[in-house]
This record gives sequence, structure tokens and C-alpha cells, in this order.
Amino acid sequence: MTTLQRTVGADVTRVEGHQKVTGTALYAYEYPVPDALYAWAVQSTVPRGRVRAVHAGAALALPGVVAVLDSRNVFRLRPAGDPELAVLQSADVAYRGQIVAAVVADSYETAGQAAAAVRVEYDVDDHDAELTDGDPRIFVPDTVNGGYPGQTETGDVEAALAAAPVVLDATYTTPPEHTSAMEPHATIAVWDEDSLTLYNGDQGPWMTAATLAELFGLPEGAVRVVADHTGGGFGSKAVPRPPTVLAALAARAVGRPVKVAATRQQMFTMVTYRTPTLQRVRLGAERDGRLTAVWHDALQQSSTLAPYCEQTATPTRVMYAARHRRTTHRLAQLDVPTPSWMRAPGEAPGMFALESAMDELAVALGMDPIELRVVNEPSVDPESGHPFSSRNLVACLREGAARFGWAGRDPAPGRRREGRWLVGTGVAASVFPAITWPATATARAEPDGTFTVRIAAADIGTGARTALTQVAADELGVEIDRVTLDIGRSAYGQAPFAGGSMGTSSWGWAVAKACRALAKRLGESAGAVPPGGLEELADTAEDVAARRDFSRHAYGAQFARVRVDAVTGQVRVDRLLGMFAAGRIINPRTAGSQLRGGMCMGLSMALHEGLEVDPRFGDFANHDLATYHIAANADVRDVQAYWLEEDDDELNPMGSKGVGELGIVGTAAAIANAVYHATGVRVRDLPITVERVRAGLPGH
Amino acid sequence: MRGARPGARLSDVTAHAFHSDLTLRVNGADRALTLDHRVTLLDALREHLALTGVKKGCDHGQCGACTVLIDGERVNSCLVFAVAAQGRDITTIEGVAGLAAPEELHPLQRAFLEHDGFQCGYCTPGQICSAIGALTEAARGWPSHVTEDMAAGVGAPADLDAEEIRERMSGNLCRCGAYPGIVAAIREAAGGDGGGAPARAGAGGGVR
Repeated sequence: MTTLQRTVGADVTRVEGHQKVTGTALYAYEYPVPDALYAWAVQSTVPRGRVRAVHAGAALALPGVVAVLDSRNVFRLRPAGDPELAVLQSADVAYRGQIVAAVVADSYETAGQAAAAVRVEYDVDDHDAELTDGDPRIFVPDTVNGGYPGQTETGDVEAALAAAPVVLDATYTTPPEHTSAMEPHATIAVWDEDSLTLYNGDQGPWMTAATLAELFGLPEGAVRVVADHTGGGFGSKAVPRPPTVLAALAARAVGRPVKVAATRQQMFTMVTYRTPTLQRVRLGAERDGRLTAVWHDALQQSSTLAPYCEQTATPTRVMYAARHRRTTHRLAQLDVPTPSWMRAPGEAPGMFALESAMDELAVALGMDPIELRVVNEPSVDPESGHPFSSRNLVACLREGAARFGWAGRDPAPGRRREGRWLVGTGVAASVFPAITWPATATARAEPDGTFTVRIAAADIGTGARTALTQVAADELGVEIDRVTLDIGRSAYGQAPFAGGSMGTSSWGWAVAKACRALAKRLGESAGAVPPGGLEELADTAEDVAARRDFSRHAYGAQFARVRVDAVTGQVRVDRLLGMFAAGRIINPRTAGSQLRGGMCMGLSMALHEGLEVDPRFGDFANHDLATYHIAANADVRDVQAYWLEEDDDELNPMGSKGVGELGIVGTAAAIANAVYHATGVRVRDLPITVERVRAGLPGH
Repeated sequence: MRGARPGARLSDVTAHAFHSDLTLRVNGADRALTLDHRVTLLDALREHLALTGVKKGCDHGQCGACTVLIDGERVNSCLVFAVAAQGRDITTIEGVAGLAAPEELHPLQRAFLEHDGFQCGYCTPGQICSAIGALTEAARGWPSHVTEDMAAGVGAPADLDAEEIRERMSGNLCRCGAYPGIVAAIREAAGGDGGGAPARAGAGGGVR
């Protein structure tokens, strides 16, 4: 009998790594589909109104143009939940940048030229694209994204604030932000009678197939989605977006395969963005730091098409103990594109506000910000009352502080100078729920001793393919090289998208269950595999539903060291250190990259990112990678992620929590808090630009 | 139809009104093509030669995903018309593997794997081609914005510290945030000592 090393927890190199470094990994637009045409979207140039006429003559006269599509000549779709997917179904214009027509041509170049030649006339209505507090149309939604209540209240928060000896009341804003995955949204649509194949940049092939089948009134299974590799998504590819629907509509209209790739400029309005937020946080505390009252209000925007409201104040429901508490979400529906998911929707902007406020309260109390968090550590979930399945926030703060060298920090701001630089350090907490959705998977033993596991998961760079291979190998009790893990195809059955940091937990459970059942059958037959192979199908719907009531979250502590130019106000982040607790880490290599990658995006959120709304046009003035700055290599210096191992039996068979979003939560606050420590300037509005810092520096 | 005289020849490109006949030398092989004049080198490689390892991220020279080597220099292939690349020696990620030793991964490809210098992989071919170009520039002593003595330049690629590599690689965006791994990989491939930054970014470091 051989002793087999368990591979869960091992530093396994990405199974598709060789393909990625040699350029052989195929992304959606790259599948060799013969006879394909190219579609190019025409976007509305007005923020609100109706298309009166589409003049297609000049476009159609160009050699190579096959069709010009608009709302009068495309297939009538059925509603499928998301109104953004009703592409070209109406002449109404809900926002500037909405698809109002499209050109299909025999080359990419001609398609672009012809799209520019399409002339669209509009009846223009007045519009309002500016998010303003006090707008009479603002309302509190019953529920927000994720199914959470729109507001919660415990005790008498106003009376508690009035009675509290120390009160912090501050307003924070975050701008609209864009996912800007490196692979633009791309689709190749191929119809064969009444079945549709989509090669799609996709975080969730099964759910995309189900949605497209609904839109086209097709039976389940008539749409197949192929998404072997996806070049990043960060939420924007979790569900289908308008370019995917356009590809299917165009291919149907012309009777040939059609390729669509959103241009980088189009992506800024076509594939969603993170809502701007205006958040007010009020904290009441005793002089020893114990919170008596917590109030977090978040105002956000959506389009007139859909009341998408993010769960911005929900992290405040779980973070700190306080007897009196209130959280509210308020929404204004404006003449703007529909926002949607971007990495840690809700938590990322929400924790910028809460964790900045906690730092401000620590300053007001003359307390160490770590100690302030420690004295407010709850023993059970402060709002639901449920026990925590595991919670190691305090351990993360303590262990992170030790690694970072926090001890002995002089809390006084603006005192440390290195040449022209002011230096400071800051800390903030991270949190993200540990979500699990049901999934199905099949595990198959082949007569040659190898195994094939299939699940409609997607690896958008998370390392899911590798982690799931590890889970399968351990359950089967075989070496990892005997297992092939096939993902990225809707045909592999029901499975959730790569989002909500739930991929590995959800898919892993189904993979583990299928492999365990297969191993049992193999055990019963003494390992004999019939010529046709052995297969087991697993569905975790009942297992997931049977989970007990627990508050399940991953936590972390982020530390930042910044330098601020005392004259210009420029901020450089010298060091980021994150200490996380996210259950069992299945692959330290890929999990480490996920956490560091989240921290890099958090740094980018802190210093660089922000879409500039032009209220006159209802559009984002910056819509390319030259004007929407995301962190480049030189912006990112020393970034380290560590974790504490947790044993948590209330999660899933792997004991994992998910790390895709945890790393971006809290980073911006840690940096803003460090900027305050360096300079004494409290920046409550992201991004932390030179203008905002300089405005508070002496001499300005 | 107006335009160039049918059959006009210009440096071995035969130009017609809207298209040209040309030959591109890619990864050591001559490839004859008839292309619309407007086709960029990027689209010629991806759409007409099926070299889809070259990635389109922005089409405007803002992200670096399309970086290839032309006569050994790193170039954003989205900013070059295919007709202008006639007669040049073009290397894409598909041709990188054999560059250092036949049939073997390039040391940079191995280092990117070892240091987990990527996640989604979409920017990776451009990062690797760009890194080859950057190390070639350093071997010539070319300074960067952060080089202390601009006139003196830099020594061997092995002398590049993390700061130099970050600066020289900032034309290649990575939205996954794999920059620490990318820098570690390039330092190792350049023969640097790996001091300063964690030498093995992929290990992450767990506390057990």
C-alpha cells in the first residue's frame, strides 16, 4: 500500500499554466469558427428618449456589410429578468451608450467603419444623470443585492447617539468604478437550427446558457456555452451582458456565425460598473471605546431600467458589537447605465466608510485602532444573533500587527518625515460572507485508471481548475496527475457562476460528493472499472439546504505603509500586508495570488479609480485605459498576504470560505488611514487624489 | 474606385485599392496574406494567422496585452498596420518557447509559471514578450525613468532591482494584480538575486 500525500493544501502549479504562458489557452473570441461575420454595436448618443429613425443606407452601401440591425428588424426576445438583456427590443433609450443598432459585416474593419456610418435620429427627453442626496425620488428598497433587507434596526440608535460621550459622524463617498477585465467582453454565436452555441467570456456558463435559452424561448439545453478560459471578469461576466445577446441576435438575423467583441471604450457603458456611493456613518462610544450605537446609511444609484441596489451597509451588520444599530440603503434611479457587480459589491465601498470611521473614532478616543476593534469584538453575530461558524478577526489583527511591526507606533499624525516624504501607517479590517450555492458534478473512472471530473465551473484566473483538481484527487485517493478536471461548459450541468467568492466552496462540494460516491463504488468493485467506465453524478442542493444557521464570514486585517509628498500630495503605497482567515486554504499558491490581487485592486481603488460623470451628457467622460487609470506595475510595491488556518466544520466538506473578494475589502480604508497618519489629512472621498491630499496640507 | 493604382508595388507590398498582398515573417516562417489596408498587425496575427496567443485588450496602445517582438524590440501590435510590418522579423508568444533553446520553454515562461505571475492569463503573452524586450533594453544599458544615473544607464539585466522592473513593465497592465509575481519572475529570469521583494511570490506564506 502506498502512502498518498493529500494534495488539498499543497502548493500546486496551475494546471492550465503551461497553456497560458505559451499562448495556447483559447479565450472566447479565439475559437476557430469558420465563416464568421463581425458585429459592431451602435450606441445611443443621447441619455434619454426614443429612436425616431435609423438611417442605414450609407452603412449598407459599403462593400462587405451584410446587415444593419435595429429594434424593427431583430428577433423578439422574451423577458429574462434583467432588462439590460432586452437588446434592440424597443426604440426607447434609457441611457447614453445603450445599444440602438448594430452592423454585421464580413470584416472587423468594415464593421467598425459601417457602425460609424449609421445615422440615428432621436426624440430627446430631459434627463437627470446626477446622484444628489435630497432627490425626492430616492427610496429604500425592501431588499438589496444578495437578498439582504434594505434596512435593519435594533434598539434606539438616535437616543444612544444623543447619550454617547463620544460621537463620530462623517460622510464618505466612493465614485463609480469599472471592472475593466483585460479580456474585453467577447462572444462568438453559432446557430444550428434551433440550437445555439456561444463561445463566451464567462464567469458562469450554465447560468448564461439558461438565460439565453429563456430569452430566445428555447428549451433548456438548446443553448450551449463554451468558456474554457476567461480573461478576468470581477463580476462583470458573472451573468450575460448585452454584447452576448447582440451576438446571438445578429447570428440569428444573418444565418451565419457572428463574432462580437466590445471595444474597450464600449465596455464602460455596456458591461456594468460599480455604483457610486454616498455614505454617512455615525458611531457612538463610551470613553473606553465600547460602541453603543452604529448607524450606516448608503445612498447609491441605478438606471431607470432596474433598481439594482448594492449591499453596501451589510458588513456593518456583522462587524462590531453595539446595542443600538441601524443600517439603511437608499437608491436613486437615474438616466444612467445599470450598475452591477464589481469585486466585493457592497463590501468594498461599505468597508471603506466603516473602517475609515473606526479609525476616526480611534483618533477621537485617543485609542489604538486595533484595540478599538478588539474591544468591540462580538461573541455572536450582532444582528442575527447566530453563532459564528468561525471568526478570527482579532487573531488577524494581532498576528498581522506582529508581522507588520505595528507595536510602538506613535499615533500622532504628520510627524514622520523622510526627505520630502511624510510617512504613515494604517490598519483596517476585511470581511466577506462565506456563501455556498448548490451545484452538480460528475465523476468518471476510466478503465485505464484515470478519472474525469466535469462541472460547469469557470476559471477566470482564480485557480478554480487547479483547486478542484486537488479536491477531486483527494476524494478519489489518487495522485493529481490521474485526474482531468473539465470545466467551462454549460453542458456539464447546473452550477453557479464564479462570483460571491463561492466558486470553490460550491463547486468543490459537488466535486467532492461525486468523487466520494465514485470512490465508494470503486471500493465495492475492488477497483474494477468496466470497459464503458463508471460514472457518478452528485447534486448538493439538499446538502446546502440542510446547513445549520450560522454566521459564516471570512475576515482579515490589512496594514498599509504610505509615503505622501509633502509638497504635491502624491501618495505612494510602500507596503501592504494582509492577514486573513478564510477557513482552509486549498492551494496556497493560487489563494495567495487571489488575496494579493484583491489588495492590488484595493490599492487601485484607493488611489486611482473613478469614473467621471458628465451630467450634461449622462455619460462617463473617461472611458478608456488611458483616462480610467488602474494600478500599473509601478504603482504596486511590496504586497504580502498571509493567513491563519481555520478549522470550520460548518462550511462544506473542504472547510473553505473563499478568497476572491476578501483581499479588496478594507484595503482602501487602510491606505486612507495611513494617509491620515502620515499627514493629518483625512480624505473621505475616493480616490485619494493629489488635489484632495494637498488641500489639507499646511500652506494650502 | 479611387486609391492606389492596382498592382502598385511598395517594398514588396502589392497594393490594390482597398487591400494589399504582402508577406509577414512570423516566428521564423513566411506567411503570405491579402489584407485590408486597415488591418493592424494585431488583427492580422489573431484573425488572419490564427496566432491568438497575441491578445487584444484595448486596441489603443494603452494596455500592452498585444505586445510582440519586432526585430527583437517590444511593440504594441495594435499600433502597427500589418502592411508596415512587411520584411520585419515578428515574434509572438507562440514563437517565444524556442527562442532560448529549441523545444523548450523560455526561461521567462518557466519563471512566470514558477512565481504564479498571472491569474486569468490574458495579459500574460504580452507581459512575457514585453519582459524579453525590457531585458534586451537593459542589456544595452538603456536607462529608465527611475534609473539613478541616466547618463550611465544600467549594467546587466541581472542588476535591475524590483523598482526598475516595475517601471519598465508598467506599459503592460494586469487587472488580476499579479504584479508581485511578475516582478519576481522577471528578476529570476534576469539572473537577479531576488532580494527585497519576496523571492517566491507564489508561496504566499501560510501560518500553520
